[in-house]
Amino acid sequence: MSPAEQDVLQAAADWSSGGHKVAVATVVRTWGSAPRPAGSQLAVRDDGAFVGSVSGGCVEGAVIEEAQNAMHDGKTRRLEFGVSDEQAWSVGLACGGHIEIFVEPLV
Amino acid sequence: MKKETLAALLAARNAGRPIVRATDLETGEDRLIDPATDRSELGLAAAQAARSDRSAPVEIGGHTWFLAVFNPPLDLAIVGAVHIAQPLSQMAALGGYRVRIIDPRAAFATAERFPGVSLSHDWPDQALAKAPLGPRSALVALTHDPKIDDPALTSALRSPCFYIGALGSKKTHANRLARLRRHGFSDEDLLRLHGPVGLAIGARSPAEIAISILAQMTQVLRTDGGREQTAARATD
Repeated sequence: MSPAEQDVLQAAADWSSGGHKVAVATVVRTWGSAPRPAGSQLAVRDDGAFVGSVSGGCVEGAVIEEAQNAMHDGKTRRLEFGVSDEQAWSVGLACGGHIEIFVEPLV
Repeated sequence: MKKETLAALLAARNAGRPIVRATDLETGEDRLIDPATDRSELGLAAAQAARSDRSAPVEIGGHTWFLAVFNPPLDLAIVGAVHIAQPLSQMAALGGYRVRIIDPRAAFATAERFPGVSLSHDWPDQALAKAPLGPRSALVALTHDPKIDDPALTSALRSPCFYIGALGSKKTHANRLARLRRHGFSDEDLLRLHGPVGLAIGARSPAEIAISILAQMTQVLRTDGGREQTAARATD
């Protein structure tokens, strides 16, 4: 894991100590040509600010929404995005990748 | 994730210790694993993940655990603050390496020539005793001067570093291997030493030579190909 990816967790810690609610999303499984490998992370703050990436595209939008839900109910979530080539273009996954993402609130 | 877990994870990373976080994907329960010491089934899977530097899910005891690997950064020790070291240090930094340059000749290793790079004016054996090479370290010797290169290569061959390379022609390299054999290294030990350094891509300029060296380092780090090719070359 590169230092840049690890900075996602530093941001999560900093936001949390600054009094924000925070959730972290992690790519846990990929199939096909997923744009980001397992272990890639995205940290989300209660106001919607985020650092990092799980797909390099607009799957992030849906993940951020679920992350905000997780902050409020305190529960973890498993999300799957499986997309055909045609859909992949519209949600920003480059070529038909399939990814599973684990979302957890910082508690 | 608990705030305390996150704090412990960041503390391990800042101390340069490899650590693996295992998360039960059903329950969200997690634990931090020291991959060097944990001998449980989960610990051994974590050690395997850390070695391959690959985060992945594993099935253990009917549970799906996600193993997230947090390895310390890669380390590149360049011996010789020569021309090639300039593009090599910049490109390696882009590739995620923490780069250090070792050259006892203070006129070569200057902050003007290597802005932002950690510089040591110690002799290589001393510098490498102070900051030893680990399993995520690479060493490249560039001086052509046996007085400086040999102590560096000797230290590297006694370390668990993943890559050792030395600049020089085939003739220079043959002489170097003969000297190292006299130091007691076996032919098998010396298979770890890549020379002439770098993949054969016809590199000419310092930047191109830096690319060929980094390509070979990447090959050895990420595949077994580097080792196989070195072994094949040795039997030519």
